[in-house]
Amino acid sequence: MRVEKPEARTPKKVLNNPKDAVAEMIDGLVLASDGKTVKLDGVNAIVRTVIPAGKVTVLIGGGSGHEPLFHGFVGENMADGAAIGNIFAAPTPDIILAATRALNRGAGVLYLYANYAGDCMNFDIAAEMAGAEGIEVKTVLIHDDVASAPKGQENQRRGIAGDLPVIKMVGAAAAKYKTLAEVARVAEKARDNVRSMGVALAAGSIPETGEPTFTLPEDEIEIGMGVHGEPGVLRQKLTSADALTAQMLERILGDLPFQRGDEVALLINSLGATTMLECLLVNRKAREVLDQLGIQVHGTDIGHYVTCQEMAGFSLTLMRLDSELKGYFDLPADSVGYRSAGRSRN
Amino acid sequence: MDGFDVSSTIALILEGASLVADSKDLLTKADQAIGDGDHGIGTARGCEAVREKLTGGAFASPGEVFQATGQAMMASVGGSSGAIFGTLFLAGGKKLGGAPLLTSEGFADALEEGLSAVQSRGKAKVGDKTLVDALAPAAAAARDRQIAALPECLQAAAQAAKTGAQRTTQLIATLGRAKTLGERSLGHIDPGALSLSIWLAGMAVAAQNAWPFEPTSQP
Repeated sequence: MRVEKPEARTPKKVLNNPKDAVAEMIDGLVLASDGKTVKLDGVNAIVRTVIPAGKVTVLIGGGSGHEPLFHGFVGENMADGAAIGNIFAAPTPDIILAATRALNRGAGVLYLYANYAGDCMNFDIAAEMAGAEGIEVKTVLIHDDVASAPKGQENQRRGIAGDLPVIKMVGAAAAKYKTLAEVARVAEKARDNVRSMGVALAAGSIPETGEPTFTLPEDEIEIGMGVHGEPGVLRQKLTSADALTAQMLERILGDLPFQRGDEVALLINSLGATTMLECLLVNRKAREVLDQLGIQVHGTDIGHYVTCQEMAGFSLTLMRLDSELKGYFDLPADSVGYRSAGRSRN
Repeated sequence: MDGFDVSSTIALILEGASLVADSKDLLTKADQAIGDGDHGIGTARGCEAVREKLTGGAFASPGEVFQATGQAMMASVGGSSGAIFGTLFLAGGKKLGGAPLLTSEGFADALEEGLSAVQSRGKAKVGDKTLVDALAPAAAAARDRQIAALPECLQAAAQAAKTGAQRTTQLIATLGRAKTLGERSLGHIDPGALSLSIWLAGMAVAAQNAWPFEPTSQP
């Protein structure tokens, strides 16, 4: 059972006072952006330093502890701002409202975040407050985790690594489109075409308490487990990288379903402790499976994007691209947590 | 009508907050079982914010004290807990309005209004294994004792909340992060129901201790 703890362990972490971790993380993040983002006074939110008048702005956000998600994805052709919660906790309405006010350029603000109860409630409260101030807000929830609810109940699913490609597409669209409705349309399209699944090998721990977020037996893994240790679909013995990759891809591919001739963006995301070497093995097998099925990979991202501290495991994400989404994928993007030089199209 | 004035109401709420803050480890353990383990830290942070706000401010009515409590929770906790506890106290405080004394009837009104606001915000029904499973019986018990003195009314509400919270161990979570646990959530208490029942227990104890030695009554 998840509730049974192994003997107390104190994972080593590089911290000062654990209570200050979030505030200090934000300082470090802003400094890393080379003046392109700034923290708002008195609240845990960051916004881009330069936002043109009349721009539809994109506000993302969620709990800390999953860096670089979300706040690491604020930048050029990415989100315009992020509301930052404490570790694993949704940001409060006053943080979201302050960020909304700071981002509003008169063309509306799109709230784009992952589908968790706490985030929904806090963003909804903030949206009502912003609406009362005359700021137009629309919300698009990201729910890409196929393990978290059956097909047909997509809006019950959690948002995981699919957050990144959706934010990238929406950031690019918001740089182009002049109305909130059009940006929201692209957000929904990107969201509706992305599917992910993760596997957990071992838990991460909460900086303040040192406690693991869940426990797994030494030799077992859990397919489909969420980034906070939410239960997945199957607990089993650890198998090979190839077997795991094929097993997870099968569920992802069957869900949309992805079909021969589809073009996709592929994301292999480490949940924290899993290494680039391991992720590259996953990529190798994923490409083999996709090639066999005649699914063409338009672009690949591999790295630490949506993490849960030192949680071991990875997730696979596929986004089906049409010509519009491909265009956004190909645009350069510049944020601390995700950079792309873009690609020219022939 | 007898009731608690502003300073007595502050004392009630602070005693509840203090008991919740003291229960940080218990709440953390409960949340680790079926959540992500941050409930104890979050509510303790919120209770500290409530203490700062209530000891540092001037309030014209018990309703304002409730609203300030809601604002402090909403602004400091984050996650579902902050939104829910914030909504509960804000809505309850608005219902109390400017009445100079917190009475049993007023308290029942506040709990009912809070319940309605929490359900509308979080979409939880009785039986979904959430804080509502402690709040709904507490509101009903308070209404049942609305003609009794406030300590008795609070005691009944706290007892009903406790019973309701304990019953969540027999429920399967259908909302929030625990919902994906399905039957694995059986046998575990809902952390939000637990923290609410602790808060009400603290308020009830404070009311018993304050009554009738420091009655604040108006003819």
